[in-house]
Amino acid sequence: MNEHLLSMHDVTADDVVRILDTAESFREVGTRVIKKVPALRGRTVVNLFFENSTRTRISFELAAKRLSADVINFSSSGSSVSKGESLKDTALTLQAMGADAIVIRHSSSGSPYQLTKWVRGHVLNAGDGTHEHPTQALLDLYTMRERLGRLEGLHVAIVGDVLHSRVARSLSFGLVKMGAEVTLVGPATLIPPDAPAWGVQVSHDVDAVLPKLDVCYLLRVQTERQRLEYFPSVREYSRLFGLNRARVDLLPEGSLIMHPGPMNRGVEIDSDVADLPQSVIEDQVTNGIAVRMALLYLLLGGRAAEQQEGA
Amino acid sequence: MSRILGPDDVRRALARIAHEIVEREPTDGLLLVGIADRGDHLALRLATEIARIEAVDVPVGVLDITFYRDDIGLTAEAPEVHETRIPVDVSGRTVVLVDDVLFTGRTIRAAMDALMDLGRPRRIRLAVLVDRGHRELPIRADFVGKNVPTSRGDDVRVMVSEVDGEDGAVVEDGTETRTLRGVGS
Repeated sequence: MNEHLLSMHDVTADDVVRILDTAESFREVGTRVIKKVPALRGRTVVNLFFENSTRTRISFELAAKRLSADVINFSSSGSSVSKGESLKDTALTLQAMGADAIVIRHSSSGSPYQLTKWVRGHVLNAGDGTHEHPTQALLDLYTMRERLGRLEGLHVAIVGDVLHSRVARSLSFGLVKMGAEVTLVGPATLIPPDAPAWGVQVSHDVDAVLPKLDVCYLLRVQTERQRLEYFPSVREYSRLFGLNRARVDLLPEGSLIMHPGPMNRGVEIDSDVADLPQSVIEDQVTNGIAVRMALLYLLLGGRAAEQQEGA
Repeated sequence: MSRILGPDDVRRALARIAHEIVEREPTDGLLLVGIADRGDHLALRLATEIARIEAVDVPVGVLDITFYRDDIGLTAEAPEVHETRIPVDVSGRTVVLVDDVLFTGRTIRAAMDALMDLGRPRRIRLAVLVDRGHRELPIRADFVGKNVPTSRGDDVRVMVSEVDGEDGAVVEDGTETRTLRGVGS
């Protein structure tokens, strides 16, 4: 496996299978009374979050703690960053304190890559701008494989604001890599123009797509990342693309409803739809811890790069 | 490469160990836990033998000790992870750990730590098919299929029909320098 996880392009299909299989074992750890194993005792994992996040940060923190690693949480507010410290100096400081892995979320696409140039530890991208969010994609792949038994040949629609969504990009790359068929659905203004080059289909009619799906994956309408002119009104968006009860009836039996969270109930998903049994949004959260444990274990469990050079 | 156990030897050794277990341990509250990925098959065979001798069903679990290894970060790649599945609570039970080869004792140390994290067993016993010596920790087996004198650098491999197509055990000559093993076997 690659030394860092910056993008779904960093992992091969074999790596994905290995990550998901390893996560399977960590799921079992999560069911124990003592949800902790000593695998990464003495390692230090830094959560470097320059953007607000609840589930991803907590998920990474729990994952590292369940592996017995020491965890440092760093968020930009209330830190030296608010005094004007640059990303580079922050990174070098953490490096000097002996971080073995840095989990970074940043509003600028490419900052995790930039970080790898400055630090020796492993870098995990926890979401960078509108670029990628590979750990989310991997936990989604895990959830689909667990529920449906396979990834190859699955029909998955990713519905909503694909243009601003790093989740949609990572998940599309991951699904295509594993042989699934992906359709991006949304208003033309919110589908990236280069989408056909990802190996996916594009549609603007959600009702036409729903009947053949194994998974309907809804994206959050990211009001913080867009100016309002991408669609006329939230109400119109909801009427044309929101998943309501009538649309759920178009989905084949046994198909899944997924959402990376946080949800806007009543916008991209109706409140009662989010609570249906085929909606596996809570599973995604639970699986996220196991998948992140697997990633930390696989990245940090081998010999460090500098030791390998010396051997 | 020389063969130290054939299929009949394995069968007889397991039958004898099964007898010894029921002779020394009360079957009430007994739990067999095999260490992945050969010990689990041996544990199942022992349970079948015990069922034949005593007409009791002893629960069998499988334990993966990867997360408890003392050489994580020392091998080039993170060690491969297997499944842990123990059907009953270990607390209060007599747990017989089952492994294929007893060597440095590091696997067993890891297995005991793993087991303790799952609960509080009343006692832990150890059954192995082959004891090859060269202990690095103060650990000994309670039930042994065969004691085999080896050189430190030798490679001892146990085969079970479920995985390898046939039962048996072989010793392969190795050199002290080649084998820098920790918990591996």
